Amino acid sequence: MKEYINKGNKDTRSGFGAGLLEAGKRNPNVVALCADLLGSVKMDAFAAEFPERFFQCGIAEANMVGAAAGLSLSGKIPYIGSFAGFVTGRVYDQIRQAVAYSGTNVKICASHAGVTLGEDGATHQIMEDIGLMKMLPGMVVINPCDYNQTRAAAIAVAEYDGPVYLRFGRPSVPNFTEEDQEFVIGKAVKLNDGKDVTVVATGHMVWEAIQAAAALEKEGISVDLLNIHTIKPLDEQAILDSVKKTGAIVTAEEHLVAGGLGESVASVLVRNYPAPAEFVAVDDRFGQSGTPAQLLKAYGLDAENIAAAVKRAIARK
Amino acid sequence: MGKEYTLEQIASQVRRDIIRMVANASSGHPGGSLSSTDIMTALFFKVMKHDPANWDRSGKGNDMFLLSAGHLSPVFYSVLARSGYFPVEELSTFRVFGSRLQGHPSVEYHLPGVYMASGSLGQGLSVAAGAAAAKRLDGEDNYVYVLMGDGESEEGQIWEAGMFAARHRLNRLIAITDWNGQQIDGTVESVMALGDLEAKWKSFGWNVIVADGHDMKSILAAFDKAHELSSSDTKPVMLLMKTDMGKGVDFMQGTHKWHGKAPSREQEAQALAQLEETMGDF
Repeated sequence: MKEYINKGNKDTRSGFGAGLLEAGKRNPNVVALCADLLGSVKMDAFAAEFPERFFQCGIAEANMVGAAAGLSLSGKIPYIGSFAGFVTGRVYDQIRQAVAYSGTNVKICASHAGVTLGEDGATHQIMEDIGLMKMLPGMVVINPCDYNQTRAAAIAVAEYDGPVYLRFGRPSVPNFTEEDQEFVIGKAVKLNDGKDVTVVATGHMVWEAIQAAAALEKEGISVDLLNIHTIKPLDEQAILDSVKKTGAIVTAEEHLVAGGLGESVASVLVRNYPAPAEFVAVDDRFGQSGTPAQLLKAYGLDAENIAAAVKRAIARK
Repeated sequence: MGKEYTLEQIASQVRRDIIRMVANASSGHPGGSLSSTDIMTALFFKVMKHDPANWDRSGKGNDMFLLSAGHLSPVFYSVLARSGYFPVEELSTFRVFGSRLQGHPSVEYHLPGVYMASGSLGQGLSVAAGAAAAKRLDGEDNYVYVLMGDGESEEGQIWEAGMFAARHRLNRLIAITDWNGQQIDGTVESVMALGDLEAKWKSFGWNVIVADGHDMKSILAAFDKAHELSSSDTKPVMLLMKTDMGKGVDFMQGTHKWHGKAPSREQEAQALAQLEETMGDF
């Protein structure tokens, strides 16, 4: 098992903020819009550096989506930021018509995704957002795993011409991927070569999957581990290549089973190479208040649950 | 083309186009298309600085027009075709399978003149505000025009956009409300009264001009005034154009019943008899 070193806990939203600032420095067409959550979504550095390219929208997300679409027509590259729930479900129709169907180059940047938002509770903890966004034709859906990768993703999306949903979170989590890494949209990152089972994880669950794989190795179970930072378009080839080798798969995500990475993977398998699959995800329930650590445990989203799912999947081979 | 005909003559032809397109398709929205015909004719044939033959979706270097009330696609397509964005004959494909003239405007089939999909109401003012902000960033002094309905103003997003445009001092944004007083379920007053629309927009920090949306002199004077205000003030401009739903066809006029209903062939003939053919039917 390849070793991954935590270089210190950091929040992925700060990775986004750093990436947005860097994208703004590299490309004068990058503009940003925020709905009264500058500090929370970490867009403050960009707003301070490029005040004329930053648009405060107030607590009015629907207008923010439309204004971003309008800005994009002339070649601007708008990043809109808010909490994940407020830039997806709240404005689904605006995104559908003015971004996805109109094919505008808007980057929807969603912080505080998932249950790890913590104490604010279920109103703010959206776990349906990946499903909502991936259903929209043409929408790219990205969920990076740590600070460095979120920074790289925030820079990379400016180079891609089209609608993107970029999902990240609030809590400080291990930062273990390379600084200044290349981020290729739609390309899975192989974290470990194994033979007994495939594990694909996205977002905060990638670190948990690494811990699970290390523990399983000690029990003699070899894990082929993929970081799926792009849920759509999904790197189907990487997943199929791995499952053809291992014969079983576990998916891990901070999202509902419905609409999540697991269902995307299952769809690929059913049509190409049926194999036992287990989902580490939340089954048809809302979140609640608590610390991120408490909630990950309560909702079955940790290394222990991934390891248990691996054993179930292998037993079904 | 516009130079050969008066605006009134063009408007008459546009109204014929609307009736014929909707009758051909046996579906579509004649009522609001007819109420906004004179405004749209003035915009596309007199007011806007645009280059139909060389249109591209960036809108750079030109005035831009966005249709927020997407169901007004018949009048939109007619003025686009008649002003040279695409062949007039293509109007016969309105709402037909495989056509670029979708029931509500789409960019998916690359119809020249259409910047954005619209149809789900209340979104166009936001888009127009964003486009106006981009023009300012680019150092352009071109205008962005957007047409919306009065019923559409029941959507909360309109008022979000109203605050945004004032907050960001988008003085090159000129919004037009087709104030026909009708919506699907009845009069705007009975369905969801808007109160004092003029006072509302003023209190949102906009310059407001009220005009007769069927009198060309009044319409053109309103646009002149809007341009004057745009040059001397930082506020966006709202033109409240008083109109009649179904204007120009007696049995469609002044009622909500023809909002989204197509005339039969007999009714089509009856309507066309009231509208002079000036530029030649498609």
